[in-house]
Amino acid sequence: MSVERAAKTGCLLSSSSSEIEQQMTEETDYGPGLLAPYRVLDLTDGRGLLCGKMLADLGADVVQVEPPGGNPARRIGPFYKDEPGPERSLFWWAYCANKRGVTLDVGKVDGAALFRRLVGQADFVIESADPGHMSSLGLGYSELRELNPRLVMVSITAFGQDGPYADYAASDIVGMALGGFMHLTGDGDRPPLRVSMPQFYQHGSAAGAAGAMIAHTHRQLTGEGQHVDVSCQQAVARTLAHAPQYWDLEQTILRRMGAYRESAGGTFTRINWPCKDGYVNFQPGGGTAGAARSVRSMLAWMTEEGMGSPELDAVNWEELGYGTARADIMDQTVAAVAPFFMTHTRNELADGALERRILLFPVATPSDILAHRQLAARDYYDRIEHEDIGETVTYPGHFVKDLTDPSRVGVRRRAPRIGEHNREILGGELGLNERDLSRLTELSVV
Amino acid sequence: MAGLPLEGLNVLDFCWVAVGPMTTKYLSEYGATVLRVESAKRPETLRRAGPFAGGQSGVNRSGYFANYNANKYGLSIDMSHPDAPGLILRIAEWADVVTENFTPGTLERWGLGYDELSRVNPRILLFSASMLGRGGPMQTQPGFGAVLSSLAGYTNIIGWPDRGPVNPYGAYTDFVCPKFAVAAILAAVDRQRATGRGTHLDMSQLETSLHFSGPMLLDAAVNGREPELVGNRHPSASPHGSYPCAPDANGETDRWIAIAAFDDRQWAALRDEIAADGFTDITSGEFRTFRVRKAHEDKLDGIIADWTASHDRHELMSRLQGAGVPAGVVNDTRDLFDDPQLRHREHFTWLDHPEMGLYATDYTETQLSLTPGRLDRPAPLLGQDTEYALREIVGLSEAEYRDLHEAGALE
Repeated sequence: MSVERAAKTGCLLSSSSSEIEQQMTEETDYGPGLLAPYRVLDLTDGRGLLCGKMLADLGADVVQVEPPGGNPARRIGPFYKDEPGPERSLFWWAYCANKRGVTLDVGKVDGAALFRRLVGQADFVIESADPGHMSSLGLGYSELRELNPRLVMVSITAFGQDGPYADYAASDIVGMALGGFMHLTGDGDRPPLRVSMPQFYQHGSAAGAAGAMIAHTHRQLTGEGQHVDVSCQQAVARTLAHAPQYWDLEQTILRRMGAYRESAGGTFTRINWPCKDGYVNFQPGGGTAGAARSVRSMLAWMTEEGMGSPELDAVNWEELGYGTARADIMDQTVAAVAPFFMTHTRNELADGALERRILLFPVATPSDILAHRQLAARDYYDRIEHEDIGETVTYPGHFVKDLTDPSRVGVRRRAPRIGEHNREILGGELGLNERDLSRLTELSVV
Repeated sequence: MAGLPLEGLNVLDFCWVAVGPMTTKYLSEYGATVLRVESAKRPETLRRAGPFAGGQSGVNRSGYFANYNANKYGLSIDMSHPDAPGLILRIAEWADVVTENFTPGTLERWGLGYDELSRVNPRILLFSASMLGRGGPMQTQPGFGAVLSSLAGYTNIIGWPDRGPVNPYGAYTDFVCPKFAVAAILAAVDRQRATGRGTHLDMSQLETSLHFSGPMLLDAAVNGREPELVGNRHPSASPHGSYPCAPDANGETDRWIAIAAFDDRQWAALRDEIAADGFTDITSGEFRTFRVRKAHEDKLDGIIADWTASHDRHELMSRLQGAGVPAGVVNDTRDLFDDPQLRHREHFTWLDHPEMGLYATDYTETQLSLTPGRLDRPAPLLGQDTEYALREIVGLSEAEYRDLHEAGALE
């Protein structure tokens, strides 16, 4: 069961395409997309948009419900051509693609009434307000379940719906601190670091989609809906690999070490290395999963170019456990490998690593990622027309591929403009006429 | 009380290391029957990775493994044995879902690809995860989440401007993907139950992880922007950083608090707290508006660090939160076990393991009101459930089991 035993065989799609077609014709209820039969009402702001986006990517009909002036997430940068504006937020574009949008002030009596009518026909409601806010509007789970006992309601908050921190003011950096991530990230002689792009609420939002689907599975069997209460702090605490277990079992507190990683109490490995034009990651160490072979291949490559190290060749990498190279071995490794990396660019190193099966990746910039050949070969990016600005925009595409379904998981439509689907949804589905709509617009309800 | 939501979902699990087992732990916590296939000849990476109970290594003593494999049944099968593929196909008849995260091509080489699995079970859902996905020039590139975090663009944006980038801790992308994986698997289960259709899902850890970076990639695509290292700075908050605090009662000096001010109200509240302790430089005109604070941010951070350094971090967090300022202590891994909010959520639970004794495992971050998850069985010893799972769960006859055992297919 090792990567070593993997054959370089290709993808399997073609052989079974006739079976797929046959299955497709037998299909009745399911249109394109795994979740096509389901409706999601998404009340989240910038803290929770990814949750509904994931369900939308999987095919669900996700309706973003915004206050009449627009969702506050529309004010989050970066912006198209760096000019702020509610229809120019790239944050909004990224996390609301595939959704439709209506404006509805659920804080007003008429707005809440319309929202309740939508809830009657919905399968999911997602929200990310501070704990207690939805209940104060009469829209908490206990109220909504009365309208629709099958409803799955997902609440994404920093710390969960109750508990000593439930009302704490949180932001990404506060959450990454309390979740334990920052203590382990950064240089040892400097303050702990966050990722300079929001992560805290993204982890909770993604977990919200998982939790929604767990509750959905139960609902489909029993007809019973329920409330899914997500803690972003817990979600981040679950990203720390084995570090919490090191405290539990060995009373060792692992610490941040810059370019190195403390892989166990007292042992560490270098992971980040400068090269000719940037940085690469390479994790020298022993053990299974191709780690020892990876080091051997790197040493062989260095020897080929006259920069080999007989001392390192003599190390029994195969017998070392995962991430347990001793400090003296690590010092020798750094002394030999670091100069070699400085003679190559990150692309040269990445290409050589692929050929030689070395565990090495470049530290990629966004433009590297946009141009990455594997992503291109897998047709990853979706190019979506923004007819309003006359431009086609590149989006991250399928987060999973369904090899048995020709309709793709990915971006099908751009994010909605403010109130773009009011007529379609509030008029077409709820049956409001033009007069109702303009009266509600005057009252700032829609 | 309602049953567990995934009761009756049968999973044949080939996943290993972190991303796969964490995915199937969501399933096992919520009631799925997960049969985890391993090899005794080649125990998987995590069984050989620390920490170990009592600091003593052994394939049944790893806390890393034990956390992600709670509630699962452990089978040990020699996949190189000629009878192994037939046995796996037999288990696949029982299964609703097969999960694996081998390098693409491994299952096919065993004669256990989607075509073979769906021949014996047309409704089978095969979930395949890999570093870079199936097909394409790099499908066989080996890797770990630890280094993939760099290809996915995270490392490039963590670090101080006067130094190089640093990696996010751990195999970071391994912990981004399971949430996407669970959503996708259960979406496919929904279609399976409604239509009887089979599905093969193919997840690339790189592609999935990039969904946390959508705005940054769009910024590069439409504005041509390349991000720079900024430490803890934030384009629309000032101050925004982590600041040193007084050593704690244990003499631990690596103590910090994260503080942010996103608007005038938060700033005024923070400034007043700092000034009240005699650090009146904070009231200088250099810090009066967001724009001028941004121009003097090094100086601002210096004053705040001087102020925080004499305070206990918890006392400071309570005080700042009381004033409406976003603030949080930087928890280390020991602190996580004492954190009052995590304790309130029962984030960790302890399972009694036959070799390890009590060990900590974490609950999912999603609490379901009607059908909460349950972790009540420790991770399996290597091969501990082979006979039970094959006889009692899959339903092999005594003779079938004996033949496999005698032939040496079971380890």
